[in-house]
Amino acid sequence: MLNYIIRRLLIAVPTLLFISLAIFLLLDLAPGDPTAQMPLTVPPEVREKIRLALGLGEPIHVRYLLWLKQFLINEPLHIFSDSTGWDIAGDSQRVISWQTRSPVFDIIVQRLPQTMWVVGMSYVVGILIAIPIGIISAYRQYSWFDQTGTFVTMVGYSVPPFFTGVLVIVIFSVQLGWFPSIYDTTHRVVDWDTFVFQLRQMVMPVMVLALQTTAQISRFMRASMLDNLNQDYVRTARGKGMTEKVVVLIHVLRNSLIPVITVIALGVPGIFGGAIITEQIFKVNGIGQLLITAIYAYDIPMVQTLTFIFAVLIVTFNLIADVLYGMLDPRIRYD
Amino acid sequence: MTDVTAGPPASPSAMPRPVRSQWRDVWDQFKTHRGALVGAGIFAFIVLAVVIGPIIWPYDAQFIDIRSRNQGPSFAHPLGTDQLGRDMLARMMAGGKVSVAVGITAMLLSLVLGTAIGVLAGFFRRLDGALMRITDLFLALPLLPLLLVMVMLFREALSSRFGPETGIFILIVVAIGVTSWMQTARIVRGDVLALKEREFVLAGRSIGTPPRRIIFRHILPNVLSPIMVSATLGIANAIITESALSFLGLGFPPDFPTWGRLLFDAVDYLQQYPERVLWPGLAISLTVLSVNYVGDGLRDALDPRIRGR
Repeated sequence: MLNYIIRRLLIAVPTLLFISLAIFLLLDLAPGDPTAQMPLTVPPEVREKIRLALGLGEPIHVRYLLWLKQFLINEPLHIFSDSTGWDIAGDSQRVISWQTRSPVFDIIVQRLPQTMWVVGMSYVVGILIAIPIGIISAYRQYSWFDQTGTFVTMVGYSVPPFFTGVLVIVIFSVQLGWFPSIYDTTHRVVDWDTFVFQLRQMVMPVMVLALQTTAQISRFMRASMLDNLNQDYVRTARGKGMTEKVVVLIHVLRNSLIPVITVIALGVPGIFGGAIITEQIFKVNGIGQLLITAIYAYDIPMVQTLTFIFAVLIVTFNLIADVLYGMLDPRIRYD
Repeated sequence: MTDVTAGPPASPSAMPRPVRSQWRDVWDQFKTHRGALVGAGIFAFIVLAVVIGPIIWPYDAQFIDIRSRNQGPSFAHPLGTDQLGRDMLARMMAGGKVSVAVGITAMLLSLVLGTAIGVLAGFFRRLDGALMRITDLFLALPLLPLLLVMVMLFREALSSRFGPETGIFILIVVAIGVTSWMQTARIVRGDVLALKEREFVLAGRSIGTPPRRIIFRHILPNVLSPIMVSATLGIANAIITESALSFLGLGFPPDFPTWGRLLFDAVDYLQQYPERVLWPGLAISLTVLSVNYVGDGLRDALDPRIRGR
């Protein structure tokens, strides 16, 4: 197992380097100019100086290696010195956003809690709803509950978040007036009332995102339960006179959760990056919204860093899912 | 493969029942899946409506009649008019034409890419490692952010070269196609790997059939069913992605309606005219839902283990 993990980590390094290069080249070779948004009154020679100041005068491989050094060496050093107070980073250069002229990582750290709260919460809620639905659907296959579940899952797959989001705003904000349609990120939870307000403003984005999670996970849960329910050990357990509750909720459930857990792990990177649209609808200023504004503002270092962080998360959680699968299921051997 | 049995009717008496083609069996199985049948009907209706609708409907999607703006549903305008007095039904049909066209074209592109890479990787052992590494690499890319970046960076260049509409169309189709072929490639590769070891391929190879002809005559017809299933999923995925891009304001230009764009424009008038959000959203959801049901039915119908039960 350890060998396998080490081998996978060794493969992950060139993969990530290649991805970073691909993103860098895509951003760099694209036609377009970071100074294009500036007023036309800026004379060409000043424009050229601005480009030089942004570091665009260097040849492409120098810029790529510089970005790599800033991202992989300088940033961890800065994070380390900020958290411990030891000054080992000095004034080494950090990845600077063109938009705000502040380090990209500081902005990401500011935006992360909003995303984590809303999107992370919706993921948890989605899983908590999906697993019981999957169990019941499989246990009573082709019952009305299963049929309804299948239909709701299909709808969850098919209706895009930008429609469900707008729909719940129309119903719950415009018509009923129960929840605010805009997520207030400056809101601080200090007492019971503010806590209730925080809950109310989280309900709609969580609902929209949880529908999608539920649709996926409950399908997997159902399929996995169905696979296990027909196995011999279930018949043995029943034959030994165990109650149906013990058979289903202990024997079958444990075994069926194995593939579902890996699916859940694979979905985690989506928490950080996949909620771009939902964040945009409810005006949650999290990571996804940061990416959108950076793309509009032609903020190349920000876009490059964010996309690369998403790629790192995807690769990491793919690895975690594979390792988890091997640990939970003793039949799987990575040799 | 079936050339031997499908010759002239040599011995009609030897057959106890009439020879049924494989596609007849598939259709019979498909018919038993009610959801798929309804889905196919709805999808056919939507395609017909967006193709024929604009021809017979008297109003043009771009025609601005500022005096009759923001009207509710009436006999002349069944879905009302928008803030510039343009007929919503005409805009819905014109938008649907673009959305469905993008969906089908992008699906075809991703299918061709995915099938080509899958067959090459499965058939030629030398290419397998490299091609599958590329597939893994693409699977590790954060797709929606990259799509946004691609559209944002290349839209100016392409719209100046091909005109705003064609340019964006090419850009979006290529962007979606290039980022969605991986699943098809993996499934096709797996099937080709298994098929390659079968006797009929060995027989073909032993009489000296060149690899190209083995692929086109023997391998491709046999991997058709997973390709068809991923085709339906591909349409659904492409329509949703295009609408998402339009919804984020990075899709087609404002005067060129697509369903996502109509939804995006309608959000500004959410408080006053919530029904304007409803129509494009319903259209997207219904199309995707029907295509997904068709895919579900096809998967069952094309699986010989389920068929005939």
